[in-house]
Amino acid sequence: MTDHAYNFAYLDEATKRMIRRAILKGIAVPGYQVPFASREMPMPYGWGTGGVQVTAACLTPEDTLKVIDQGADDTTNAVSIRKFFERTGGVETTTHTSEASVIQTRHRIPEEPLREGQILVYQVPIPEPLRFLEPRESETRKMHALEEYGLMHVKLYEDIARHGEISTSYAYPVNVEGRYVMDPSPIPKFDNPKLGGNPAIQLFGAGREQRIYALPPFTEVVSLDFEDHPFQASKADHDCDLCGCATSYLDEVITDDRGGRMFVCSDTDFCESRRSAGHRGRLSPEEMA
Amino acid sequence: MYVATKGGERAIDAAHDWLAEERRGDPSVPELSIAQIREQMRLAVNRVMAEGSLYDPDLAALAIKQARGDLIEAIFLIRAYRTTLPRFGASLPVETDAMAITRRISATFKDVPGGQVLGPTFDYTHRLLDFKLAAEGEAPEAARKPADDTPAPHVLALLDRDGLMEPLEMSDAEPGDLTREPLEMPADRPLRLQALTRGDEGFVLSMAYSTQRGYGRTHAFVGELRIGTCAVEMEIPELGFSVEIGEVELSECETVNQFTGSKTEPPQFTRGYGLVFGQNERKSISMSLVDRSLRWEELGEDDTGAPAQDAEFVLYHCDNIQATGFLEHIKLPHYVDFQSELELIRRLRKAAGADMQEAAE
Amino acid sequence: MSDLSGGFTQAPQQSARAFRAVLEAMARPGRVQVLDGAAPPAPLSPAAGAVLLTLVDQSTRLYLAPSHDTPEIRHWIAFHCGAPLTEADAADFALGTWEALQPVARFAIGTPDYPDRSATLIVECDALAPANARLTGPGIETEALAHLPETSAFVANHASFPLGFDCLFTAQDQVLGLPRSTEVEAI
Repeated sequence: MTDHAYNFAYLDEATKRMIRRAILKGIAVPGYQVPFASREMPMPYGWGTGGVQVTAACLTPEDTLKVIDQGADDTTNAVSIRKFFERTGGVETTTHTSEASVIQTRHRIPEEPLREGQILVYQVPIPEPLRFLEPRESETRKMHALEEYGLMHVKLYEDIARHGEISTSYAYPVNVEGRYVMDPSPIPKFDNPKLGGNPAIQLFGAGREQRIYALPPFTEVVSLDFEDHPFQASKADHDCDLCGCATSYLDEVITDDRGGRMFVCSDTDFCESRRSAGHRGRLSPEEMA
Repeated sequence: MYVATKGGERAIDAAHDWLAEERRGDPSVPELSIAQIREQMRLAVNRVMAEGSLYDPDLAALAIKQARGDLIEAIFLIRAYRTTLPRFGASLPVETDAMAITRRISATFKDVPGGQVLGPTFDYTHRLLDFKLAAEGEAPEAARKPADDTPAPHVLALLDRDGLMEPLEMSDAEPGDLTREPLEMPADRPLRLQALTRGDEGFVLSMAYSTQRGYGRTHAFVGELRIGTCAVEMEIPELGFSVEIGEVELSECETVNQFTGSKTEPPQFTRGYGLVFGQNERKSISMSLVDRSLRWEELGEDDTGAPAQDAEFVLYHCDNIQATGFLEHIKLPHYVDFQSELELIRRLRKAAGADMQEAAE
Repeated sequence: MSDLSGGFTQAPQQSARAFRAVLEAMARPGRVQVLDGAAPPAPLSPAAGAVLLTLVDQSTRLYLAPSHDTPEIRHWIAFHCGAPLTEADAADFALGTWEALQPVARFAIGTPDYPDRSATLIVECDALAPANARLTGPGIETEALAHLPETSAFVANHASFPLGFDCLFTAQDQVLGLPRSTEVEAI
């Protein structure tokens, strides 16, 4: 049921226009963080207010919305955000990636390849990829303006010198179209290869930090690396114990206090679809019986 | 057998029900009314209005009740409500000179035109628990004196006349609006003051305190602290004149700061300014100290590296709604990122283990 | 009296659909999108009218090029958008035919710190065909073909990337996007 006490998709029209203008600038300058006057939302900063505002500015009554957190549709914050849009936008919702026209996500890109006509909206906590190297906004803005990314390369190279590899495993920085270094939000670096050449529109919203950025379809996105240490997407060296998939990103679940572990797809919709298609893993109920 | 956790929605609903029950507490104890909170928890209401940036004592009282007395949560409720309100226009600047004063003190002069008024202050109460308040039914009455129409001009204006104060910069320029435009650095003084007046009281207090202890010392005296109500007027274009649309209680603090001159400015007294909704004097004094501290650049002072001189640090961290949201978000699921860290640490340990073994051999 | 009808009758829903069309247009340069729902006074096209209703308001400065600076259009914009009108160099949005918008070098292209502080040109065209330019860049898988009023201005605009203006070409109920990120080549 739509809650008629609020405007369609909650935000007032002037706010949506402001956000829409910022989204278009983001599309025009891929990877550049566009400042926007983020509004106070009825949910806490850090819980997806940026993503929610971007989604609200994009939704039409005809859309079908999917919301995931950690790849799952049933995590509490995903449930809460989905409910918010059911209530204020009256839109259809789904858990199936293929059926969704707008997908709001926190920390994952769905396993199933996205297609034209879909929009993937990322919730972003810290949009500035240089922030942990330089806390000052005034400084990082200059670094982006001058394309001065030496500091980032130095940091990554120090990693290699110390550990033999780059010790960033999520929110792994990327270069967009050879120009801006961009934070892909805290997705595992396993997901990084899906950022580039994607037929869907990818939008990034950081509410508290008041930034929106974007990747148009088929944008060139390169994970930062070195010739002698090429980027490697990695995942746990296991198959999904429920659907048997060997190529999906896995959650590790502790099953007892004696070191018992199992690995399951983090993308719940992907895993369920595979199981209903008959795929089985090591610990599928049928196998155990 | 592991089954992915389902029923997030049912869990959320049940949690909300439980919260509602806890909010009410023991049903044999009478429920608090909004009016009771508004009248008897007035300073809490004031803080919620100030940091919520919305002057409405009834809504602030409701928010406090709904938030079970968690004032930051109450401020959050008010902020979220505030953003949904349509804007009809902007009021004229409030004339604090014409304030109907309930409290007014100057630390710089023994007496000032218009007089010192102690007002309803905790200042000289001995902090002894008053067990009489545990009993019900008291309605104390203070002695009254007839209204005093003596004008009470701003104390700093009196110093202005002697040319000892830095001149005030007057401007009719439309100030920026922190709630409508993204905060950008460098932020001008109107924006800094907006951020401070809705900033967290504890944060602004600690920043101000740090300047007193030498982290960017500004030698502040309270030139004047005045609390009272002011008329709010709005120009109605259709009428061609302004009308009074209500009144607000305000706390205003102006500090006088010793200043021995800099490369660009002569020796003179400089000022810091604080203005906050409601009786909220701790906040208004804190604000004026931090305001003064942030003005180091325009006054040609040295950057001593003190936190309270660092506008970017102060302004990006003073908002308790931003801070608490981001702080508390780390309790949300992070198992995807954590999993990638787990895997990395295991791989690094394995490599390190192999290295160590090699070294040992 | 001027005719003030022709705005969105269901603003939240219609502007949401219109925005999606504009978003798709900007995100897939060269791909024509349908943009209807507005019925502004001539010579303003329904597509350009919908762009204005969706993106322009009191907080954006709008430049009307001579081709579109008529009392009817001024009234319509004042009533439906409330956008303050301004000179070309101060404009967030500019509206007119390509000829009337010349010289385009006067429009804001942003600064190295803030490349978003740039103008968006709403360029009214007779038609968005036949194709006379090849487009490549973000939003385009291999290449796209489009009809542009010329090519040299867009080559120059792209050369200053990430600075530059962005264009929405409109004709009747159609819109085509050309962000500064697109590389343009005459065919």
